[in-house]
Amino acid sequence: MWWAQPTLQENANVANSLDNLTHTSGEWLRGSGPESDIVISSRIRLARNLAEYPFPVRAEDSVRAEIELLLRDKLAGLPLPSPLMYLNVGTLEQLDRQFLVERQLISREHSESHGSRGVGISHEENISLMINEEDHLRIQVLRSGFSLDECWAEVDRIDDSIESQVTYAFSDRLGYLTSCPTNVGTGIRVSVMLHLPALVITKEIQKVFHALQKINLAVRGLYGEGSQAMGDFYQISNQATLGKSEQKIITSLKDVVPNIINYERRVRKALVKENRQNLHDQISRAYGILKNAQTISSEETMHLLSSVRMGINLGLIDDLAIPTVNELFIHTQPAHLQKLRKERLESAERNVARATYLRYRLSGGAAEQN
Amino acid sequence: MKKCSNCSKPATLHITELRNGSVQALHLCEACAQEYLTSSPLSDANGPEALAEKFGQAPEDDLLYEDLVCPNCGLSFREFRRQGRLGCPHDYVAFEDELLPLLENIHGERQHVGKFPKRAPDASKRQYELIRLRNELKVAVNDEEYEAAAKLRDQIQALKADAEM
Repeated sequence: MWWAQPTLQENANVANSLDNLTHTSGEWLRGSGPESDIVISSRIRLARNLAEYPFPVRAEDSVRAEIELLLRDKLAGLPLPSPLMYLNVGTLEQLDRQFLVERQLISREHSESHGSRGVGISHEENISLMINEEDHLRIQVLRSGFSLDECWAEVDRIDDSIESQVTYAFSDRLGYLTSCPTNVGTGIRVSVMLHLPALVITKEIQKVFHALQKINLAVRGLYGEGSQAMGDFYQISNQATLGKSEQKIITSLKDVVPNIINYERRVRKALVKENRQNLHDQISRAYGILKNAQTISSEETMHLLSSVRMGINLGLIDDLAIPTVNELFIHTQPAHLQKLRKERLESAERNVARATYLRYRLSGGAAEQN
Repeated sequence: MKKCSNCSKPATLHITELRNGSVQALHLCEACAQEYLTSSPLSDANGPEALAEKFGQAPEDDLLYEDLVCPNCGLSFREFRRQGRLGCPHDYVAFEDELLPLLENIHGERQHVGKFPKRAPDASKRQYELIRLRNELKVAVNDEEYEAAAKLRDQIQALKADAEM
């Protein structure tokens, strides 16, 4: 079967596509959306399954291959503003898969799973369509800043488009049927990614956690485990998917996020007012280390970039742009570094490569991005 | 209609056991009731006491789910509990009674509200009908009920032809 064995041409195309991605960054990183000093991105994801097949975890390899081919074919015909780049995740190398995870284009589950699976990605990286992840289809739309309504409009449209071509597993009582009961019903996951360094500094971030827990919203640190998220990035999303309409779930986030934004802004203001000298010093030192270090770890980079990012927002750094910082968070990740250098690197080598890359980008190498 | 405590067929016999001063109510289908009533009192493992204990256990007990299996994909409810993932859309029907309290726990709700597919709901209904008929066909063939099987095969063909229109 021709599709099971990627041809050399296909492989070359894939390599080219991924290489292209290496030198650009998703539109959602531009930092141009609403409230983008605090809100990095908004994301909505829908889980969908075909009615007449078992869920991926239960399907035999041959059945999974059948599902992948079917859905891949449907995706090719979608009326989208720009064509999708399709990647056969099952045949990608580990480094390339890791690269896609760092880009937030596929989930870690998708990368590390087995069997036929793929992903369709739009050129701007706003749209990601995963085939045979936990469900047959995961439709994801990402946008810069606080833009949940726009995300919903787009993901809703794509969902309708696909649904006109296939039969979704759906029951009147339980809604869209999913592999895991935690997703059944609307199958929707609405998330917003926030940068909350001030609330972390003053340790008031705990209050935010508790408040969100009370209204059944989940908080997760990005880039790390445990309560201190690396880089002070936090993702807030809904937990329940059954019994509330998509609009209602989106509204629950639209209602609470502005409060958190205001809280962070208030605390930032207070920090500047009461502690400007120390704050400015902390930020300047962070900037200095990033510009000069000869070797630097991922954790330290995240930590320092977080200070620098806040510094730009507060006007304490004026020769660096937000989109660049957003990009640096991604490009200093392990797989990105190795793809930029086009070679595999061990941990110590990566730390050197990271420092080199940072020095380059933060000096005149900021002769700007594409 | 209550389900048989031992398998998932409808329970047609209701037995009240009085033993050592305690009362146990058992609900069994004809086949399981026969087995229960005729099992030898001398055999320990399958003795009426052991069986009664097994049948009378609380619904949460794992043993009771041993035979709860989806006819479409073959996943057992016990397997689902272990791995946390379901096997096919039909599981939501096969395990309906067991899943509803779980869904209530997770989401606080049992009824979907919100978007639904725009294509005729007939399409979904047709898919379930197909799954159900295919299943009955399997059973009929197993039981060597070839006349019934032939009728089912015709129904399946008709539905598929319908779907293509």
